[in-house]
Amino acid sequence: MLKIENLHAAIGDRTILRGIDLSVRAGEVHAIMGPNGSGKSTLANVIAGRDTYHVTEGTILFEGRDLLAMPPEERAKEGIFLAFQHPVEIPGVSNLHFLKSALNAVRKHRGLQELDVLEFRDAVRERVRLVEMEEELLLRSVNDGFSGGEKKRNEILQMAILEPRLAILDETDSGLDIDALKVVAAGVNRLRGPERAIVVVTHYQRLLNHIVPDFVHVLSDGRIVRSGGRDLALELEERGYGWVQAPEARGAEVRQ
Amino acid sequence: MTLAAATRDRYLSAYDRVTGNGGRRPAWMRRLRDEALTRFLESGFPAAKEEDWKYTPLASLEGGEFELTPSGGTLSPGDVAPLLPREGAANVLVFLDGRYRRELSAQNALPPGAHLGSLAEAISGELDGLVPYFSRAPLNPFTDLNTMLMEDGAFLHLGKDTEIAEPVHLLFLSSSAERPVMSHPRNLVIAGENSRVTIVERYAGRGEAGYFVNSMTDIVAGRNSAVTHYRIQEDGDAAWSVATLRSRQGEGSRFAAHSASFGAKLSRYDIHAVLDGERAECLLNGLYLGKVRQHADHFVTVDHAMPSGSSREYFHGVLRDQARGVFRGRVIVRRDAQGTDARQTNRNLLLSKDTEADSRPQLEIHADDVKCTHGATVGTLDEEQLFYLRSRGIDVESAKGLLTWAFAGEVLRRFDLPGIRRTVESKLASWLPDSRGAREILRETG
Repeated sequence: MLKIENLHAAIGDRTILRGIDLSVRAGEVHAIMGPNGSGKSTLANVIAGRDTYHVTEGTILFEGRDLLAMPPEERAKEGIFLAFQHPVEIPGVSNLHFLKSALNAVRKHRGLQELDVLEFRDAVRERVRLVEMEEELLLRSVNDGFSGGEKKRNEILQMAILEPRLAILDETDSGLDIDALKVVAAGVNRLRGPERAIVVVTHYQRLLNHIVPDFVHVLSDGRIVRSGGRDLALELEERGYGWVQAPEARGAEVRQ
Repeated sequence: MTLAAATRDRYLSAYDRVTGNGGRRPAWMRRLRDEALTRFLESGFPAAKEEDWKYTPLASLEGGEFELTPSGGTLSPGDVAPLLPREGAANVLVFLDGRYRRELSAQNALPPGAHLGSLAEAISGELDGLVPYFSRAPLNPFTDLNTMLMEDGAFLHLGKDTEIAEPVHLLFLSSSAERPVMSHPRNLVIAGENSRVTIVERYAGRGEAGYFVNSMTDIVAGRNSAVTHYRIQEDGDAAWSVATLRSRQGEGSRFAAHSASFGAKLSRYDIHAVLDGERAECLLNGLYLGKVRQHADHFVTVDHAMPSGSSREYFHGVLRDQARGVFRGRVIVRRDAQGTDARQTNRNLLLSKDTEADSRPQLEIHADDVKCTHGATVGTLDEEQLFYLRSRGIDVESAKGLLTWAFAGEVLRRFDLPGIRRTVESKLASWLPDSRGAREILRETG
């Protein structure tokens, strides 16, 4: 489904990703772990199409198509979803209208009938309950004044509504208490299926107790330095990131 | 700036027309007109070197060969209907080229203690009680021009404890005659103690007509009164649209002035709000939109003369193409005005790189126990917000439209008349480069 080869990306003249290779097949759940500054979030954002990062080398194919040639909205319509680490607030745009516009853009692309506001409300009600979100938040502006947990639930709600083929969760666990974490994990697990893939980007293994990955990759200094099964995450939990870090990164740490 | 001979002759003959046409009576009005004329001939139009007019290009206005229409243009109810609220309006005064058109107006049961009608009739009725309201110091050459050439406008008087529940609509239309016309509408609102009213002024004209409209509205809000004013400016694309709103508030009164500026080649809106009683509250809330080569100019003065007043100013400008927006916000806190709480915000959204916005806050504080804040921003759409919307499948043009709508909406959501808010939102939707999202929202909330 997703095939990343030799991906290099930079922000300004600072190189962050230095040759990522990653293959994700339908039905799989991958966890990308790594210390702060290793490039995890960059990778997630590059896949979603944020243009503050420049891809300087390498390719990303999604279902065999060149993802890097598509604007972000095209990627979303093709079925890529990024749950943001820091969802932005958009005062003045109602959450309900936003969610409906997003769903209709995707439905239209899939050749499905667009929903009107009443049909949409019916369709969304169930999912709002699943993420244990106050329905009142639909009528507010997008993320405007939402608590950290509410923002993350809103991300998961969007994911549940859009039913992406590839969902990328960028540190969705950060700042969540255990109850919220369980709700978020349940939302993700419901999406698991043979036709979908999920990439969980996280610093801690905590979330992986609830979303059990098939594969774990460790990112360090812009490269995947280690890949393995779910045991790798447990090992990281026990031993920290030091033992898997790239030599350059270790050097850098020593110099600090 | 001294007037060119041809311009001087043009305004002198207009003055002769007005004063020969009943405009010389009563004597006090004649005297006020004469004084205004003398000042105007002396000052001419404001010069670009004057600080308050530095950004307002008046040269083309000054050269315009405007005339007062001999009889007022023609107009049918069909021209007026689209400018009236969908739900209908009990009281509507229609003015064409500055003259009252009774046959197109509607006046229905007003409560006892309320009077609404033509200002010209009130003046010629020799209501000497009006003199003080006309004798206030002029603000600038345009207000002099208005006094010297005004033909009519609305006069609204509310006695003590009088409330007009339905908004009063005032419609000022300019006709597209062969020669460019000018008009100088003048309105006077006197709201007595504990009275309550909402007034909606709407200005419109045909796109191709290069007319000049120069209105002035004086509002005196008595003790504990609540007065809300709207000005919706949708003058024609080739028009010069100048307006002055002057308010004076008594103790404990609440005054709100909302505005939306869409039209005109050049528009200038001067608001001069004086908080002249203790604990007066003043809200000034405006949206200006500019496209092509439009110039939209706001000059807002809030004068806190008495203690414990509060004022809020929110002005948002959205500019596209090569449009230019100017906002100057002056806040004066007089020595006696202790406990003043004044806040001013001006935000400008630039949708293309050839636009320009100038924002000048100016605080003059002579009291020590005051809270005064001001903030001005000029910027483009937020990249983070744009990416967020796009990452959910919303294409870039709709996303921009939606964010622009939201930016303008921050001002419009303070409009407390749903009908007017809706009207302005519809106009905003058609103004946007990409209005799909906005139209959908309007349908959903319709």
